[in-house]
Amino acid sequence: MRLIARTAVFVALASWLLAAPTPAQAWEPTKPIEFVIPAGTGGGADQMARLIAGLAEKHKLTPRPFIVVNKSGGAGAEGFLHVKSKKGDAHTIIITLSNLFTTPLHTGVPFGWRDLTPIARMALDQFILWVNAETPYKTAREYLAAVKEKPTGMKMGGTGSAQEDQIITIQLEQALGLKFIYVPFKGGGEVCVNLVGKHVDSTVNNPIECVSHWKAGRVRPLAVFDGARIPDADWKEIPTVKEALGLDIQYNMLRGIFGAPDMPKDAVEWYVGFLKKVYDTPEFKEYLSRGALKPAFATGAEYVKWVEGAEQLHRELMAKGGLLKK
Amino acid sequence: MGLENLFLGFQIAFTPFNLFIAVLGITLGTVIGVLPGLGGANGVAILLPLTFTMPPTSAIILLTSIYWGALFGGAITSVLFNIPGEPWSVATTFDGYPLARQGQGGQALTAAFTSSFVGALFSIVLITFFAPLLAEIALKFGPPEFFAIQLLTFSSFVGLGGGNPLKSLVSILLGFILATVGLDIVTGQLRLTFGFTDLMKGFDFIVAVIGLFGIGEILLSVEEGLQFRGATTRMNLRVVLDTWKILPRYWRTFVRGSVIGFWMGFKPGGATPASFMSYAFAKRFSRHPERFGKGELEGIVAPETAAHAAGVAAMLPMITLGIPGSPTAAVMLGGLIIWGLQPGPMLFKENPDFVWGLIASMYTGNVIGVLMVLAFVPFFAAILKIPFAILTPLIVVVCAIGSYAVHNSMIDIWYMLVFGVIGYVFKKLDYPLAPLVLALVLGDLAENALRQSLIMSQGSLAIFVTRPIAGVITALAVFFFALPLLTPWWRRLRGVPSPPPVPRET
Amino acid sequence: MRAADLVTAGALMLVAGVVIVDAARLGIGWGTDGPKSGFFPFWLALLMGAVSAVTFGRALARRRQRPFVSRAQLGPVLKVIWPAAALVVVTQFVGLYVASALYTGFYMRWIGRHRWGTVVGLSVGIAVAAFLLFEKWFLVPMPKGPLEAWLGH
Repeated sequence: MRLIARTAVFVALASWLLAAPTPAQAWEPTKPIEFVIPAGTGGGADQMARLIAGLAEKHKLTPRPFIVVNKSGGAGAEGFLHVKSKKGDAHTIIITLSNLFTTPLHTGVPFGWRDLTPIARMALDQFILWVNAETPYKTAREYLAAVKEKPTGMKMGGTGSAQEDQIITIQLEQALGLKFIYVPFKGGGEVCVNLVGKHVDSTVNNPIECVSHWKAGRVRPLAVFDGARIPDADWKEIPTVKEALGLDIQYNMLRGIFGAPDMPKDAVEWYVGFLKKVYDTPEFKEYLSRGALKPAFATGAEYVKWVEGAEQLHRELMAKGGLLKK
Repeated sequence: MGLENLFLGFQIAFTPFNLFIAVLGITLGTVIGVLPGLGGANGVAILLPLTFTMPPTSAIILLTSIYWGALFGGAITSVLFNIPGEPWSVATTFDGYPLARQGQGGQALTAAFTSSFVGALFSIVLITFFAPLLAEIALKFGPPEFFAIQLLTFSSFVGLGGGNPLKSLVSILLGFILATVGLDIVTGQLRLTFGFTDLMKGFDFIVAVIGLFGIGEILLSVEEGLQFRGATTRMNLRVVLDTWKILPRYWRTFVRGSVIGFWMGFKPGGATPASFMSYAFAKRFSRHPERFGKGELEGIVAPETAAHAAGVAAMLPMITLGIPGSPTAAVMLGGLIIWGLQPGPMLFKENPDFVWGLIASMYTGNVIGVLMVLAFVPFFAAILKIPFAILTPLIVVVCAIGSYAVHNSMIDIWYMLVFGVIGYVFKKLDYPLAPLVLALVLGDLAENALRQSLIMSQGSLAIFVTRPIAGVITALAVFFFALPLLTPWWRRLRGVPSPPPVPRET
Repeated sequence: MRAADLVTAGALMLVAGVVIVDAARLGIGWGTDGPKSGFFPFWLALLMGAVSAVTFGRALARRRQRPFVSRAQLGPVLKVIWPAAALVVVTQFVGLYVASALYTGFYMRWIGRHRWGTVVGLSVGIAVAAFLLFEKWFLVPMPKGPLEAWLGH
């Protein structure tokens, strides 16, 4: 009997602890929000999602916590299909990287950004051409001339297959009429370490993946794949691909947030407001500048227009590179 | 480097707040390690948001303490229920569980925790004094070397055999086939998914292990009646001291396990293969290989020493190179960036107090950890005294929670049940399970490394012989593959009679 | 034992066949830069199929044998399997916490014949503790059903 009584007290206490808060006028989350990452733990998307969840907690920006969930199967397809199946759900959001475009195009798994509800673009990630610092190549021109001369080909390391790194590699190959041996690895950090260890000759890593090795004098950045130089002090010296090679190869990776299909309007508004608050925190600003990510907050029509453009770009690039599903 | 830096680190690690944080982290970590499926990576990820308000050094101490706790905790369910709490505790079940069934759960747990501690200490000392040098060695390991290591792990284990060779082969093949399901990262194609979303993520090693070993073992043991054996275990702390008297006998195994663990640990995914390799070597060099798999303390010492040495070594590439040596380290790496630190080679120069605080906390964390878990040995062993009708559903529920937590997917709970039945049937029909599990965990890593190497060499297999490090390791692997053929010949040469056939393990 | 051996070997051959079909679709050749996607699955499955066929043949040739599982053994085994399967099925409808409370309670009463007080107290207590642990502190979501939704989760 004592046990029952104690259990009863415990249950009562628990239900009091869990009781739903009284609803306010505007929409607010009424239960924990599932925050899906269509990639593994430790990568760029994972870091940003966990930072957002952590900042929400730290600055008390949400009445209910974010529960971060990695669903990386099938190059992210697992995560996207999961969110796609949650039609009308106001408590499920997903962070995207380029696999939002590349995975359906390459594997034929049926999903796309049109299935989801666009919420906000948080940032754009840069790409840089890196070589080992012990090689003699001081400029992109010198390195690519060497690639052209070497008949067996130089090795380009990158993350995954038929994803952003390979797309950029193929763009370089086609623009200059040369050939790399593309070696796919599992994650960006691993790629850069293989460059330091001279197992590959060059990489197109994101800045944050290589920055520490650069400061240690082990790798050398040759060019930024963007229209303008990275404005931060450390990165200003690196020329754009246009300046270095006269080529117009630009590629940015989306770090954006989408909601479940047909998410209610007022819920979308809440998330937009919430993400704006996160974006404005000094911690988030610092995170962007350290990783040389481009601050690029956008919502609504502006965001949709950008995503449409990016989708079109990926379709063209992947068609040119022969990476579309046959 | 040196002692003054370490001293500085100890000043940081010994502040009351940081010690408190370490105790908290180890407690949580042990709980997480006990729950199969909830690995150190989950534990660290879960608590990451909490750390944003702490100074970075305290934050990393909290996260690493969870990791140490999980490393210790993984052994508990392996020994008591044949359910590996963590992937690297699979080999611990081989002898730990038989010991527990013989009523020696306390001894088994003491051996496991002590070995873990010894392995950890070995790695920490190496990291303290040689971190930058070791990082340079790690850089020499590219895909070909990595593949050669996987080959060596596998070769050290397969020759041990016994049992039905055809069925062992089928187990290995099935493990490798299951490992290929899902995305092929080399080509970006989906393999063996037949259009099912549920198959895209492949078969997770931990889900398979929970089913094959945990559920399968429950089914097998209830054949003798609805009860658990091993409840007669001794339950006071004397058992710890008594076991300690025996353990020094296995000093060779401690040394071998530590070296294997450290060496394997500083490449990603190292702890699990290291534990298998260490077990295999212990059995090979033992004077009583026939006792392995039946409850030999050395069979616990070997994998646990290696696993914890590897677990600690996984921190090395994180702090020196900015690449994670394990999934848990990957999450911590994310933490570093969020706290405003830049992981990688500059960390030692830019944030010495952080690095040395972390290294010092490895000492304090593991000392606190081993004392805590040892103090609880009688308590853990007493779990077996819980009545069968309460413990069984509890184990099944915990297994279900663990399987679900791996990918947040319902289908994994079904897989767990199916693997449970497969484990039961296979074991009754003499299909060994250990090779299947080893193939499943190595398959993915090995295939990627092999194909990356072949891309680098443009399809030539010579790359595994012409690169010096890869060549030596490959030669060793070939030697071990050939060993079963050479042994009889060697014995005849020396006039030693062949030993009786070695009984198969698990 | 013989029948079980035959069924298992047969099932493995079937699995091998299925794998071979998909491997063939992916390409089983050796491309310019190493094996194609289907290369390893194909050869692994081919070998597994062949070895299983041998096992199948051997089992077929074997005469009488002790049974795979005796009736006395099968009872307790089934008493573990089917409630566990029921747990998974029920989880899909009412979530893991409610299902595990029902499952633990049922098992304790049915097998253990524990007193109702203990049964209810423990099964509900365990479920609530698990709920607090995973949903509240660890923030690891488990499958949830109507009851949790009503509680605002």
